[in-house]
Amino acid sequence: MNKPPFASDLSVVGCHTCGLVCEHQDTPGRAVPCPRCGSPLHHRRPNGIARAWALLLTAVICYIPANVLPVMHTSLLGRGSSSTIMEGAVEFWTSGSYGIALVIFIASVAVPCAKFLILALLLATSQRRSRWATRERAKLYRMVEFVGYWSMLDVLVVAVVAALVQFQGLTDISPRIGILFFGMVVIFTMLAAMSFDPRHIWDGEINGGDA
Amino acid sequence: MNDSSRALPEPGAPTVIPRRKWRISLVWLVPLIAVLVGLSMLVQTWMTEGPVINITFRTAAGLEEGKTLVKYKDVNVGTVTTIGLNEDGSRVVATVALDKDAASLAREDSRFWVVRPRIGIDGVSGVDTLLSGAYIGVDRGQSTEPGKEYTGLESPPTVIGDTPGRSFVLHTEDLGSLDVGSPVYYRRIQVGRVASYQLGEDGKAVALRVFVNAPYDRFVTTETRFWNASGVDVSLGADGFKLQTQSIATILAGGVSFGTSSGLSGEPAAADAAYELAKDQQAALAPPDGPSQTAYLVFEQSLRGLTVGAPVQFDGMDLGKVVSIKPDYDPVKRRFQSRVGIVVFPQRLSDIMEKMPALDGTDEDRLVRMLQEMVAHGLRAQARTGNLLTGQLFIALDFIPNTPKVAFDPQHRPITLPTVSGSFDQLQERVASIVGKIDKMPLDNIARNLDASFANLNKALSQVNALVLPQATQTLRQAQQTIGAAHGMLAEDATLRQSVGQTLQEIQRAARSVRTLTDLLSRYPEAVVRGRPKHATLEAPREPPASTIETPQR
Repeated sequence: MNKPPFASDLSVVGCHTCGLVCEHQDTPGRAVPCPRCGSPLHHRRPNGIARAWALLLTAVICYIPANVLPVMHTSLLGRGSSSTIMEGAVEFWTSGSYGIALVIFIASVAVPCAKFLILALLLATSQRRSRWATRERAKLYRMVEFVGYWSMLDVLVVAVVAALVQFQGLTDISPRIGILFFGMVVIFTMLAAMSFDPRHIWDGEINGGDA
Repeated sequence: MNDSSRALPEPGAPTVIPRRKWRISLVWLVPLIAVLVGLSMLVQTWMTEGPVINITFRTAAGLEEGKTLVKYKDVNVGTVTTIGLNEDGSRVVATVALDKDAASLAREDSRFWVVRPRIGIDGVSGVDTLLSGAYIGVDRGQSTEPGKEYTGLESPPTVIGDTPGRSFVLHTEDLGSLDVGSPVYYRRIQVGRVASYQLGEDGKAVALRVFVNAPYDRFVTTETRFWNASGVDVSLGADGFKLQTQSIATILAGGVSFGTSSGLSGEPAAADAAYELAKDQQAALAPPDGPSQTAYLVFEQSLRGLTVGAPVQFDGMDLGKVVSIKPDYDPVKRRFQSRVGIVVFPQRLSDIMEKMPALDGTDEDRLVRMLQEMVAHGLRAQARTGNLLTGQLFIALDFIPNTPKVAFDPQHRPITLPTVSGSFDQLQERVASIVGKIDKMPLDNIARNLDASFANLNKALSQVNALVLPQATQTLRQAQQTIGAAHGMLAEDATLRQSVGQTLQEIQRAARSVRTLTDLLSRYPEAVVRGRPKHATLEAPREPPASTIETPQR
């Protein structure tokens, strides 16, 4: 089965922005701009994997306070209570609102954790230049990219609810520091996913891939 | 390449440090900052974390893990973190995480209680917790030792630790309707509360601790008396029916009042000073009784209605009370008697005793000698009826006129005072003697004589009926006829009456002629001799027209 050639095999570089294929010029330490759009040309995103690792780690670190600290403070008729994400999910589940509990759980726990795992898997395999299940890994990457748009759901819910439910004295909902960390988790995972160059997935096939 | 450069004396090539190494480390700053932020938050949490204490309660009603707050002066100072049972499951243990700045609240003698809505006789409290849920209240203790394990109070403490004021101890025989939290009044202003009560060691008395708030605590002086202001004081006196209460709440829940007898001021009392709790205001403000003197009275009458505690009065003034009533037997007279023990407080007579002739010796001797004197002048004890409806008796010491002299032994102890039977008994005796006299009357004879007299009377009356009555009827009829005749003569159209009228008119005319004659004669006396002078005028009124003097004709 004849596989398509890699850019490095042909010594060409594709522009990330406009897709123009240029001749590869080995100039270490300096970026060559694309003749069409002016974007810096590089074979792979420089330091992509390391940057992705760093951002992913930041996201994981932020995920701890996001779960431990309360995200929302509800005061109903003078009786206030702060709840963390998991407490909220459990509360909804025990009160019988399984649907809402599932939505909260999926949006706040399952999806971020899945993203961490997928990104870690992608980064680890790419770093090791593994040739295992490249298509599936690509599919996972697309999934992460897609889910990224929806990850801010929790933050939006808290923001909207806190803005709407302000009946002085009766009911009052205000955000707490946890939601900030959750937002940072989402941002950092998105940045990590952006930093990761999906072409690394097939890097294992470049050298001796045909062998 | 390096080998060749070493061989040639050329300027050393600088070691190229790739920029990308810097880039890597710069990117890694991001997670580093995240870690630092996380660590700083951890440190901050750790820094603000105060002591963790355990409070045991009887029940966890209203308490919620992670939600129930601990408040001191309505400021949140901590949260209940966990609620569990103690080892034997008899009580609830609430673990409370106090804030760092509230660490000073966790002292050895600090008190914790659950604030719930309460509806009591003296008001409603904790209404805010109806909506917000219960919270744990704290009262900071005075100890300097930090504490960790506490037993929660079941009800809020009456007196919060740093309330300005002083507490006092009251001793009483029983608690009555008082309770923790019962109000303390001064001139009907609530100035404090009953903080606690405790049964004495021997179980014979109750020690109440009352707290009087500042600035009212300065009115508690060494001369102050406390009394139980519970309930309603109803008295029916000579000045009418009197009902005295403190407040509605006091009627229902009881209370303590204090005051000072007028004219006494005294020094401000020290904190925790002890007082007696009198049963009412009158007893509290009564002058101190001083030493008591026991005396015995022997009555030869029924003392039904006399109770222990009944007053002993001298000249209408309370002098003491009855302390015992025992049946007794006099072997000489062979009669059953009642032996009544009384105590009198001679100090209540101190003014009188001072005015008596100077007596020396002890107070008792003086009293006995005075009594001896008074008995010689007719002082007797008497059981009198205080209330005709209930038949309550009291002992009156009074001078009874014309009583036989009795012996009074001044050396005999205890003093025995002579008695006379009570006024009601005397009345009874008199009534009995009257009844006896009535009994002795020959009522049968009297009745028989009366009967005979009535029979005679009956006979006489029947004679009157048979003889006198017909004649009387006849007489009356004749009288009636006579009156009818008289009536006919006197009627308006009777001839007698008309002729009388005419006669009278004639007489009138005659009288007028005589008057004219007399007038003429008085003016012209010569007319008797010469006849009427020609110029003479008759000034007498002329005769009225004949019509007016006409007799009415019918």
